[in-house]
Amino acid sequence: MILAEEDTVPGWRLLIPLPEEIVWSAIFLLIFAGVFMKFVLPRMNAVLDERSEKIEGGIRHAEQVQEQADQLRNDQEQELAAARQEAAAIREKARADGQKIVDEARARAEAENERVLSAGRQQLNAERVAASTELRGEVGNLASDLASKIVGESLTDDERSRRVIDRFLDDLESSQTTTR
Amino acid sequence: MEAASGTAPIENDTEARHPAVGPRPREIELNTADLSPTLHAEEDSFFHIPTLGDFFPDAILFEGTVFEFNRVQLVRLIVLAAVLIFMCIVASRAKLVPGRVQSAVELVIDFVNNNIIANTLGLKDGKRFAPMLITMFVFILSMNLAGVVPGLNLAGTSVIGLPLLMALWTFVTYVGAGIRKHGFLGYLRAETMPPGIPWPIYILLIPIELLQVVVIRWASLTIRLLANMVAGHMMIVVFIGMTHALLFSGDWLIAISPFAGAMAIGIYGFEIFVAALQAFIFTMLTAVYIQLATSDEH
Repeated sequence: MILAEEDTVPGWRLLIPLPEEIVWSAIFLLIFAGVFMKFVLPRMNAVLDERSEKIEGGIRHAEQVQEQADQLRNDQEQELAAARQEAAAIREKARADGQKIVDEARARAEAENERVLSAGRQQLNAERVAASTELRGEVGNLASDLASKIVGESLTDDERSRRVIDRFLDDLESSQTTTR
Repeated sequence: MEAASGTAPIENDTEARHPAVGPRPREIELNTADLSPTLHAEEDSFFHIPTLGDFFPDAILFEGTVFEFNRVQLVRLIVLAAVLIFMCIVASRAKLVPGRVQSAVELVIDFVNNNIIANTLGLKDGKRFAPMLITMFVFILSMNLAGVVPGLNLAGTSVIGLPLLMALWTFVTYVGAGIRKHGFLGYLRAETMPPGIPWPIYILLIPIELLQVVVIRWASLTIRLLANMVAGHMMIVVFIGMTHALLFSGDWLIAISPFAGAMAIGIYGFEIFVAALQAFIFTMLTAVYIQLATSDEH
């Protein structure tokens, strides 16, 4: 049956283009290609190109912004580092200055101390000398008075009396030093 | 369809008489081979066996002139109008931020650009041929898909006119591109005398390569597309027709009809795939031929 029907339309006819077939195919192909290539594709390509341009522009812009941000951050970091360094230097200097001030103050205080001490000591010495001289005079008078009263005889002979008093005082001093 | 059913009843009538006068009832019971003739006999009214006549339907308009308009041309005209109107609407409304429909169209354009042109000609050199290749792809794809659209049922590329003209368009394009690049003799030399081959081989090689460039390339493009679409139509019609015939056989054969139906659906899906694949292959080969013609060295 199939064979019988193939007799009516033989297979080779598939490969033989009839004139009307070619004419209509050509018309359809020309219409399609014309409209598609002259109107549809240019429009679509324009839109596609515009979009890719926009995207590329956006990407480039983003890159620029990123670059600027990086630059800024770098600058800031550098500034920060510089500031930190400066701060450290200032702190160091302050510490050194403080130390110096303290040292100076201490030196000054020590000097003052020394001075006060030596002045005191000198004054003390002077006072002691003065006191001892005064004391010596008074004790001498008292002693001579006492002695004259005891002896009854005036020790008018100054030379002798002074000798006696000095001996007495020396004894007194020596006894004082031994008892101390 | 009309042509086939016009001749079918006569054939079936003659066959229908055979089992009646032939074997006796006992023999019929035993002989399962005779079932198929009875099937034919019973289903002659609706089991449409596909024939090549499907591709040569009767004229609708202008019969006998060069502008004879038949069902194939009608299918093509409908597809052409539908696709062009759709594309023009999409293109005229094209926006920077695409909608769903525009994205789908852009997907097709990008597919040709990225998978065909970028892989063969390169996007830069291929820019010149991109409109042609995209047009080809869309045209072949839509014409192929007509074969699986219910109601149209026939691919626009399953009759030789369109495949042949498309293939000749390819031929003219690649020869033109080659001649523009190398000059006429230079192009012939570049295509037929690949360098690095000892000269005696050229005696054999030149005629083969020449035949290839001048005939075989476009002929094979034509026949590949045509044969695929013809075979696809045949298969779909056979399986759908068989399902139909089995289902209405009023016999135990009804039990098989779901399998035939599943096959029909499978073939239907396969045909959609083939439609896309053939469009891709045709466009791809066109790009490759152009690339061969315009390349500096083989």
